[in-house]
Amino acid sequence: MTGAMNWWGSRWSGFGFLLLLVLLWEAAGRYGWVHKLFFPPATTILASFFQIVASGEVLGHVGVSIWRAGLGYGLAALVAITLGVLMGYWRVVYESLEIVVELLRAIPPPAVIPVAIVFLGIGDQMKVFIILFSCAFPILVNTMDGVRSVDPVLVRTARTFGLGQGALLWKVVLPAASPFIMTGLRIALAIALILVVISEMVGATSGIGYFILDAQRSFRIPQMYAGMLVLALLGYALNRCFLVADARLMAWHKGLTARQR
Amino acid sequence: MLDVGELRKEFQPLSGQPVVALGSVSFRVGSGQFVSIVGPSGCGKSTLLQCIAGLSRPSAGRVLLHGREVTGPPEGLILLFQEYNKSLMAWRSVLRNVRFGLENRAGMSRVEMDAEARRYLELVGLTGFEAHYPWELSGGMQQRVAIARALVRRPEVMLMDEPFGSLDALTRIELEDALLRLWESLRATILFVTHDIEEAVYLSDRVYVLSCRPAQVIEEIEVKLERPRSQLATREDPRFIQARHHIFELISKEMAKG
Ligand SMILES: Nc1ncnc2c1ncn2[C@@H]1O[C@H](COP(=O)(O)OP(=O)(O)OP(=O)(O)O)[C@@H](O)[C@H]1O
Ligand SMILES: [Mg+2]
Repeated sequence: MTGAMNWWGSRWSGFGFLLLLVLLWEAAGRYGWVHKLFFPPATTILASFFQIVASGEVLGHVGVSIWRAGLGYGLAALVAITLGVLMGYWRVVYESLEIVVELLRAIPPPAVIPVAIVFLGIGDQMKVFIILFSCAFPILVNTMDGVRSVDPVLVRTARTFGLGQGALLWKVVLPAASPFIMTGLRIALAIALILVVISEMVGATSGIGYFILDAQRSFRIPQMYAGMLVLALLGYALNRCFLVADARLMAWHKGLTARQR
Repeated sequence: MLDVGELRKEFQPLSGQPVVALGSVSFRVGSGQFVSIVGPSGCGKSTLLQCIAGLSRPSAGRVLLHGREVTGPPEGLILLFQEYNKSLMAWRSVLRNVRFGLENRAGMSRVEMDAEARRYLELVGLTGFEAHYPWELSGGMQQRVAIARALVRRPEVMLMDEPFGSLDALTRIELEDALLRLWESLRATILFVTHDIEEAVYLSDRVYVLSCRPAQVIEEIEVKLERPRSQLATREDPRFIQARHHIFELISKEMAKG
């Protein structure tokens, strides 16, 4: 009785459900419930997945995509956290930049791709720029909110201890705002993955986005699905890593909020 | 050394008339003195300390420290906030919070800072809690972390805003005496805000009584009791009792007016 309860409550039930879906997919392809060409059976897709991984074919593409996404994301974090701290802390900076930021933020990033192509071509620069552009805003807005929510008593404490503006921002404001910044970084992580794939579908000869599009165009349908599986696993792994890092770095914040509840 | 001259502070609330927190407050604190301020709740005591600490600009009047006007946080002066729990850094352990008091001092290694921090933690009775986080401690313990962080810096002037407000009676007595010993050995100047009249008399050389808002000094009481003071003998001294009565009456009258 309790054994069954545990099974349903645990992750294994999640894996069980996943298995069920895979089996359904398999059956649908095998028994022709759907068009076999467009929905190859799960085993065919898995075989294709192992083949592209084992041959190393897809790893190169994944590596390129991670590099582009990582660079754009890292630059976005650097720029947006810096700007967000300045905008959140100094009203003058906020007043002078707010309208521009709000206007730029309102543009859906894919709409920026044509402009970026005009200026940067279709190479890596364009892709990194698009990722930077789209990741920057959630980080910026969250950092700003975080800085604004820092308790004035904390800032005054730092000032009475003689901290200058630089040390004050670095040692007090930034850590106090870090839970908000982490939220921004987490949202931006998902956006980075979306935009790297989109930008690679617009004009590229490498990257996982290109790989999927190329497979579709040359009618290697199982490989197309396998590429999507690669993306799913990649996104899942990145998010997991982020959560682990977050749990370590922000342990103090979890403890604090648990206490306040 | 500390000269407060006709200090006035108005606040503009989000709606309505300006609030005059400080009417015209004037007093002096000599070097090495222990001076207390008592007054009704909400009369402007915290506002007064923030102006003296250079964290809040007065609307009129001025504060002189060593004859120089205070326009920003002066070196060697520390304000211990009434909201001690908000002034601690939740992301730092207790030890690292206390170490913060020394971090922007030139010429001290991290090991030396930690040793000092440990010494002051022991003084406030928090040995064994170095690795804890502030939010894992009780209110009174957090208060003591904040006190240790201020003391570790050995400030020349210390402004304390109801520092023992959330402590139990025994810890309070212990810390009052520890503070007095420290004050004597550091030769520091202390301006101490409290709502406890007995505490003010017990600790101080002089007590200033403030009126209801807008605050003004209504009386200055010299406390001529010998030092070192003793929790039992001093508190039973007729001069202690007389000073206590006098201040109590002043504040009761003030409260009746407000
Ligand atoms: N930032 C502010 N904006 C508007 N009004 C303020 C502000 N800070 C303080 N006041 C007002 O100034 C008055 C004095 O406040 P203050 O905190 O100095 O009192 P206090 O004497 O320290 O009170 P307590 O004994 O309760 O700590 C209060 O009426 C308060 O409403
Ligand atoms: Mg107060």
